[in-house]
Amino acid sequence: MLEVTGLKKIYETTGREAVGDLSFQLDAGELACVVGPSGCGKTTLLRCVAGLLAPTAGSVRVAGVPVSGPPDNMAVVFQEYGRSLFPWMTVQQNVELPLKEKKLPRARRAELVAESLSAVGLADVPQAYPWQLSGGMQQRVAIARALAYEPQVLLMDEPFAAVDAQTRAELEDLVLRIWQRLGTTTLFITHDIDEAIYLGRRVIVLSASPTVVVEDIKVDLPAERDQLTTRGLQRFAELRGQVYARIQQAKDARPSQDSPIQQVKDAR
Amino acid sequence: MTSVDLEVERETAPARSSAAGGLGRRLLRLLGLPVLLILGWWAFSVTSESFYVPTPPRVAQAFVETWFSQRLFDDALPSIARLLAGYALATLIGVGLGVPIGLSVRLRAAAEPVLEFFRAIPPPVLVPLIMLLAGIDNGMKILVIVSGCVWPILLNTVEGVRAIDEVLSDTCRMYKVRGGARLRHLVLRGASPQIMAGLRQALSIAIILMVISEMFASSSGLGFTIVLFQRGFAIPEMWSGILLLGLLGFGLSVLFRQVERRVLSWHWSHRA
Repeated sequence: MLEVTGLKKIYETTGREAVGDLSFQLDAGELACVVGPSGCGKTTLLRCVAGLLAPTAGSVRVAGVPVSGPPDNMAVVFQEYGRSLFPWMTVQQNVELPLKEKKLPRARRAELVAESLSAVGLADVPQAYPWQLSGGMQQRVAIARALAYEPQVLLMDEPFAAVDAQTRAELEDLVLRIWQRLGTTTLFITHDIDEAIYLGRRVIVLSASPTVVVEDIKVDLPAERDQLTTRGLQRFAELRGQVYARIQQAKDARPSQDSPIQQVKDAR
Repeated sequence: MTSVDLEVERETAPARSSAAGGLGRRLLRLLGLPVLLILGWWAFSVTSESFYVPTPPRVAQAFVETWFSQRLFDDALPSIARLLAGYALATLIGVGLGVPIGLSVRLRAAAEPVLEFFRAIPPPVLVPLIMLLAGIDNGMKILVIVSGCVWPILLNTVEGVRAIDEVLSDTCRMYKVRGGARLRHLVLRGASPQIMAGLRQALSIAIILMVISEMFASSSGLGFTIVLFQRGFAIPEMWSGILLLGLLGFGLSVLFRQVERRVLSWHWSHRA
């Protein structure tokens, strides 16, 4: 469903190589997490996959079609929920806008908006404005907007990095529930190793910049995840240790000269 | 937001008696200083021997006689119509040019120094030039107003459009919000706080230029009438014209605030 082949990105202005030679594939219906040391080009990777940034070399294919701009069947949930929702629109208008641009009939739009808002537990606040909601609720709106779009591939760029720990746990379970119900192919980017293992059926470990895949780990935990029991499993701790060790190795092997801040600046 | 809260507070029944007191306090706060200033003026004008300093009742009388007459239709309303026409035209041009310039890095690099240069020219010096080019009728006066108002609107629009949030812009790209929808939902709304700031500056410039345009080669209008009174030593009438201009400016700015509150309600709440 999603094929990334030999992806390479060198920023022309700075001449810095952010992504080296990166390849991986996601099958239809898979949920994979991408994790790597901070400043390892995760944002660059996401923007290339989303078609927001043209790679220097290599290709991204979604359902066999090469990506040259944002594909029709893809939705993204950005980290900065406060900046990705339109503050001058209500929750409902925010979720509905992409559907209007898709030229869906009014009745179908209303149905999708209602369904997706209730899926994220926000059925009762369609007329609220984003700034009237807490950070976690705003991110739920962004997730609802992505779901209503009915994408074949869902990208999530550190979506819970800016919410508090309890909200984060709730939102992780929300993502799992939705994924189990809809089976949307999901690429979840995070810097949090625990989150990656808890959510992913697969964890793709990245090196420091210029980024390559250092390991692709299958998460052989029970399919039913639970914040308490799953995280308490012996196997969970082993996987956690394994990923952690790989990331440390990756960091030491190729120390990144660039600060993570520079990385983000370049990617924008 | 606070004013809404206040209104809600006043409408609740149990607080009725104290609400009356609250209203009194509000009125006092609103009118206290103007009343004090008028009293001060009164005291000054009564003690002053000067012919040029009429008392408030004299000015008030002149105001009623001068402006509740044919002059309202011959001078005041045409002036206001030209003011609004020039302001509207400047808004169209300023926003219309500001959006493409703000969206394009190249266009901006090419246009910005020139824009700053034109902005730096004091608009009143353009009046003689515009008179030569456009004659001395309504068109000239409106053009003078446009020539001054357009710069703050244009430059603020450019700045507002340039500063639109990248994440929001990416969101639009991802969800295929393009063309007219992008302009309506992202560009204009995103830049609206800056555009409104430009419009507010332009409003006061428009009033100034309305008066100045009528002081040159004119036979009607508020600016013309005030100069006419001054030359004819009709001093209270001259003062009444100045008073009318002050009231006009005040009224327009109150109106502007109402519009702004509607357009930018999300913005204030967003930041609060």
